[in-house]
Amino acid sequence: METPNLNYIIELSGGDLEFQAKIVDVLKKEFPEELNLYKETAKTKDFKKTAGIVHKIKHKISILGLEKGYEQANQYEKELISNKDCSGTKFEDILNQISVYLSKI
Amino acid sequence: MKKCIVIDDDATARLIIQRLCSEIDNIEVIAEFPNAIEAIKFLNENTIDILFLDIHMPAFSGFDLIKTLKLPPQVILITSDKNFALDAFEYECVVDYLVKPLTPERFQKAIQKATDRKPVKNAKPDAQEANVAHELYVNIDRRLVKINIPDIYLIQAKGDYINIKTEEKNHIVHSTLKKIVDKLPEETFLKVHRSYVININKIIDIEDNSVLIKQDIIPVSRANRSELMKRLNLL
Repeated sequence: METPNLNYIIELSGGDLEFQAKIVDVLKKEFPEELNLYKETAKTKDFKKTAGIVHKIKHKISILGLEKGYEQANQYEKELISNKDCSGTKFEDILNQISVYLSKI
Repeated sequence: MKKCIVIDDDATARLIIQRLCSEIDNIEVIAEFPNAIEAIKFLNENTIDILFLDIHMPAFSGFDLIKTLKLPPQVILITSDKNFALDAFEYECVVDYLVKPLTPERFQKAIQKATDRKPVKNAKPDAQEANVAHELYVNIDRRLVKINIPDIYLIQAKGDYINIKTEEKNHIVHSTLKKIVDKLPEETFLKVHRSYVININKIIDIEDNSVLIKQDIIPVSRANRSELMKRLNLL
């Protein structure tokens, strides 16, 4: 099972620790806000709006190295765009995994 | 030195683009914006060489922004969505389309394409050229809202505001009749009274000194009546 990691960020940084710290700070700040926004919006059943939030979170999933998670988020976003009342359970599992990870680093 | 700006609602994406630019000679990021609306003013007042632009942004998309630019820089679209590539290249100013997460190699290629290309003259894709004059963007609650000009049937002045009435809804905008008239096709819109501009194509009937448009009865001032009559295809 894949787990969140900073491999992409470290590789991109070329050893620039300041950049690594900055991006982790932004992830720690933005991710919980987006997670809450997602949860609130998903409850309203406004699928298009929820898709917009999933879209934004997708980038964070990808930079944390979750390739399968990214594909799942992609699929979920597509279903939401087509106005399907689909289950977000798998997507929410990914978000929870990221939350735990970010709280530890 | 090529001047660049970054427009992306995701702060991590802006940081990554900054980082990638810092590794390339002769590229300088001079500003970054979390949304297109904040960037428009900057773009209208400053000349830049390359614009890194996200497509999916709330309220005003990357494509919406490109359409507003009279003299666009080279645009590198950066998105998590692969599905807009065909649409993207309809715009002459778009030099490349990068899918997140970005890699240094692919980013470098995009920069190379942008620097090799001559500046473009016009942002609008040929297919949409004719459509541009049919749209008007108005500032409402710090959002630029698109209104289809042919859908406007009446504009009413109300103090410091104007009420733009369309088939779908009314838009209250802080502006003047004079300003909006300058943006509308004069063959279609006519000021019939100091407080009213009408879309001539939407008139239902005319009686004495008033016109009926949808359910609104609009006064026609004596000074404007003859111009209105001239515009009508009378039997």
